[in-house]
Amino acid sequence: MNYNWNWGIFLAQVPTGETTYLGWLLSGLQMTVMLSLSAWVLALALGSIVGVLRTVPVKWLAGFAAAYVELFRNIPLLVQLFIWYFVLPEILPGGTAFKQINPVAQQFLASMVCLAFFTSARVAEQVRAGINSLPRGQKNAGLALGFTLPQTYRHVMVPMAFRIIVPPLTSEFLNIFKNSAVCSTIGLLELAAQGRQLVDYTAQAYESFIAVTVLYLLINMVVMAVMRQVEKRTRVPGYIGAK
Amino acid sequence: MFAKRLLTSLIACAVVAAPAYAQELTGTLKKIKDTNTISLGHRESSIPFSYYDDKQQVVGYSHEIMLKVVDAIKQELKLPNLQIKLIPVTSQNRIPLVQNGTVDIECGSTTNNTERQKQVAFSNTIFIIGTRLLTRKDSGIKDFPDLAGKTVVTTAGTTSERLIRKMNEEKQMKMNIISAKDHGESFLTLETGRAVAFMMDDALLYGEIAKARKPGDWQVVGTPQSREAYGCMMRKDDPQFKKIVDATIAKLQTSGEINALYNKWFMSPVPPKGLNLNFPMSDDMKALHNNPNDKAYE
Repeated sequence: MNYNWNWGIFLAQVPTGETTYLGWLLSGLQMTVMLSLSAWVLALALGSIVGVLRTVPVKWLAGFAAAYVELFRNIPLLVQLFIWYFVLPEILPGGTAFKQINPVAQQFLASMVCLAFFTSARVAEQVRAGINSLPRGQKNAGLALGFTLPQTYRHVMVPMAFRIIVPPLTSEFLNIFKNSAVCSTIGLLELAAQGRQLVDYTAQAYESFIAVTVLYLLINMVVMAVMRQVEKRTRVPGYIGAK
Repeated sequence: MFAKRLLTSLIACAVVAAPAYAQELTGTLKKIKDTNTISLGHRESSIPFSYYDDKQQVVGYSHEIMLKVVDAIKQELKLPNLQIKLIPVTSQNRIPLVQNGTVDIECGSTTNNTERQKQVAFSNTIFIIGTRLLTRKDSGIKDFPDLAGKTVVTTAGTTSERLIRKMNEEKQMKMNIISAKDHGESFLTLETGRAVAFMMDDALLYGEIAKARKPGDWQVVGTPQSREAYGCMMRKDDPQFKKIVDATIAKLQTSGEINALYNKWFMSPVPPKGLNLNFPMSDDMKALHNNPNDKAYE
């Protein structure tokens, strides 16, 4: 193939002169990490609540939680993002005010909320699976000890469930970093967008996509290393995956 | 004596004619001949250069030029049943797709510049534009200095994006710049009030007005910040292919055939809404038609 390799391009100054092309990639990396971490915190909180609600013996609450999961799990992430960013500000009161704030803040907020809701539906399913995998005796034992149902959830079932679902949660945590690349479509300059921009400015497509790939891999290797430690510490003796 | 002269002239003929008949096909032409297929890259929303009309057919000024090139190739290679494969491309993927062979030629709204020439080749220029601003008639924006402190949208991967970022940095204008994915999304950003102006090639801006819900609300303003030459994009170092493409475009331009094509796309109603762009031919374009060339402006 007809291609001029030039790995030195990363150290070249960008046309506006404020940094190098590597600087662009690193600022993209920073944006990706900030966006994914903040969305993950939200997703974990929301997902835990909805996941618990899916298992409670109150029909309308469980129904609401099921509808929530189906809604956010069955609509493609890209469509959800466009709805959050383009459609909702047009129909919700306060949308006009939202559109007047700094454009980067608009893009960041829409992306964060979108990723958080999308991922929370998946987290909720993991939490539900964790709770359902507990022997029924645990709930009964909690109730027999005089705990109310919320107390049984709080002190017995939820802590156990979380310790069981650490491995699938790791997958979701990795996914949120990868899914965040979708946010480049609304103009947020995260890692994928900076990589794309590098191609536009230098026409060095292969170097830039290889660099972006390596950076995503690095992020996810760090996440995996951290989660492996968490897994080791929280493993329940005698359960799946425990030594 | 006569026989000798005849022999000499025969040899001369053979020498002159040889390249035309015996020349080995190489590069793209060989690929086209071998596969009986040509892959054309087109845009999806670059009105009126290359876009889908209301029947989801690819149409446009650049697209018609590309089809003329295909006709010339059919004749040259004697392939009356040449198969055409249409491949939609975006600002971001068009260069890699040409390089890796997915697309043989792309005629849309691609600027010929020296940076891109390191990766791909460009044909004779097919259009010359200026980069200007699209804004609401009542926005109060008259020229680039009015943008200070405001939000401006442009399409990612375009020359306008580079120019506006540079201007922002050099003149300390404190603009917020949004880079949207394609022209349609840029216009949506402008239309929904997220940005006060949309910087892009003037011809494309007229195209966006033609697509708008209320074309009367919009106008194109500002001093052109750059002139750009659009060309068809091909693989580099493929002189045989480039020659036939260049010759086709040059013939269109010098024969005056191009004027009818220009009037059809820029001075008459065009799909999808039957709106007239009313974009008269510039002096730059007239000069180009008298003297076809593949010169880049930057």
